[in-house]
Amino acid sequence: MKQWNVVKTRLRGWVAILSLTVIYAPVNAAPDGEQLYARHCAACHGNLGEGGIGLPLALSKLIRSLPDSYLEATIRHGRPGRVMPAFADLGDAQVQAIVAHMRGWTGGPTPVLPDAPVTGVAARGEALYGEHCAACHGADLQGATGTGRTFSRKRDHQVMPPALANRGFLAAASDQFIKGVILDGRDGTAMLPFRESGMSESDVDDVVAFIRSFETEQRDVAPPPPQPASLVADSPRGFEETVEALRAATRGLNFRSFAPRYLEQGLINELDVNERQVTIRFCNFERLYEGLKTDRRLGMILPCRITVLEQADGSVLVVAMNLDRVLGLFNNDDLRVLFQEMHDAQQDILDEVTM
Amino acid sequence: MSRLILLTMFALLFVRPGDAGAEETLMARVGLDFDSSLEQLQRVIAEHGYTVSHVQRCDVGLQRSGYQTDKYRVVFFGKLDEVRAISSSHPELVPFIPLNFAVFAENGDTILSVFNPAVYEDLFPDSGLSVQFRRWESDVRSILDKMRAAVGSRS
Repeated sequence: MKQWNVVKTRLRGWVAILSLTVIYAPVNAAPDGEQLYARHCAACHGNLGEGGIGLPLALSKLIRSLPDSYLEATIRHGRPGRVMPAFADLGDAQVQAIVAHMRGWTGGPTPVLPDAPVTGVAARGEALYGEHCAACHGADLQGATGTGRTFSRKRDHQVMPPALANRGFLAAASDQFIKGVILDGRDGTAMLPFRESGMSESDVDDVVAFIRSFETEQRDVAPPPPQPASLVADSPRGFEETVEALRAATRGLNFRSFAPRYLEQGLINELDVNERQVTIRFCNFERLYEGLKTDRRLGMILPCRITVLEQADGSVLVVAMNLDRVLGLFNNDDLRVLFQEMHDAQQDILDEVTM
Repeated sequence: MSRLILLTMFALLFVRPGDAGAEETLMARVGLDFDSSLEQLQRVIAEHGYTVSHVQRCDVGLQRSGYQTDKYRVVFFGKLDEVRAISSSHPELVPFIPLNFAVFAENGDTILSVFNPAVYEDLFPDSGLSVQFRRWESDVRSILDKMRAAVGSRS
């Protein structure tokens, strides 16, 4: 009996070790760049890097001008506020595998740039920037509308002038990279070689210093405290009266109403559905149309909805998504105005129903 | 001793570096036309044990209001017991359930987009529902992986 127990314990140990081997085998194997690219990048950049919302990475003139360090840091830091997410949890080997996969589309040499920082006079660079760069990159360095801002942009606009003040860009682009692009331009894009239009290296150093100064400014700004993800309010009315008041309030703000849906509807047969949890759904199609032109992922919060819940004690709650908080999940600053309008409308409706 | 190993293995299931991801939205490009993708998506959701509760036809609403749009739907899906339990214990989560995919056409492909349920841990840090959110994330990632693999069967 004792021997049997020893055998059982050893068997369990072997099973555990084998299981761990199975679990970790894919992690220890070399990461599959193609698979990682398909999983994390292809939705925006296209299966073969042909571009979409994201840059056409397979454009040989483009990718051959980008050092690995730039691509890797871009994957890591993304572009805050401009759709491209930060894949902060991908390991070094995974990020390198994605970059290697992208390099495979075009082949050719990988640019290697010196690390030395550029020293220049930012104040002088500001004037030069206004003269030579602001027309395309914006006076506020926020770049052009297009790639990374408008999810539904026209596909014939391949590479838009980037947002130079974006902290993701500044984290990815070394001084020497920015200097090189200004001096030599970028083949296949509208970026001209300013070396040929009379800018000296010293001028360019000053412009680089001006662009780099935005990194320090942003580092000093503390993020606002997070808001709750939902707006929750007690209704002073009964359940039916609250539902009716909610429908009237949405109509009063000129929203188009859809048929209310029970929260459980579609998950269970109609006879057993809980009818004391009902969602009022509404839409402003004009706003929706404009919103979808900016970011087609908007459907994740559609249609606008506010739910009325009768609690076990008979009290009634009114619950809605807090769009101020949810905006952050889209990582798209161009949605800010739309979300603010919708948030204000929702708040007006909630106030009217619950106060 | 063996219990300790098993517990460690269970914990490791949730911290596998290869699966870690903090993207706020998860997306997939599906190499199928829109209608085939929509059909396939509903099938794959069901294979993962969820029920499709509703398909919102945003494109139809827009067109009826006079706006031109490509095909655009929102597919809601969930499990009755989870929806019941969460709406009862955490009503503040109700605006986020049932889960949904935005589905839209892009040229010959179809794009799927969904909030990463893992970010609900940040949105509702005190809910005690981390395991639930991670399970949803795992299922949603698996659904997206299956949909990406559908590329070979373009009709």
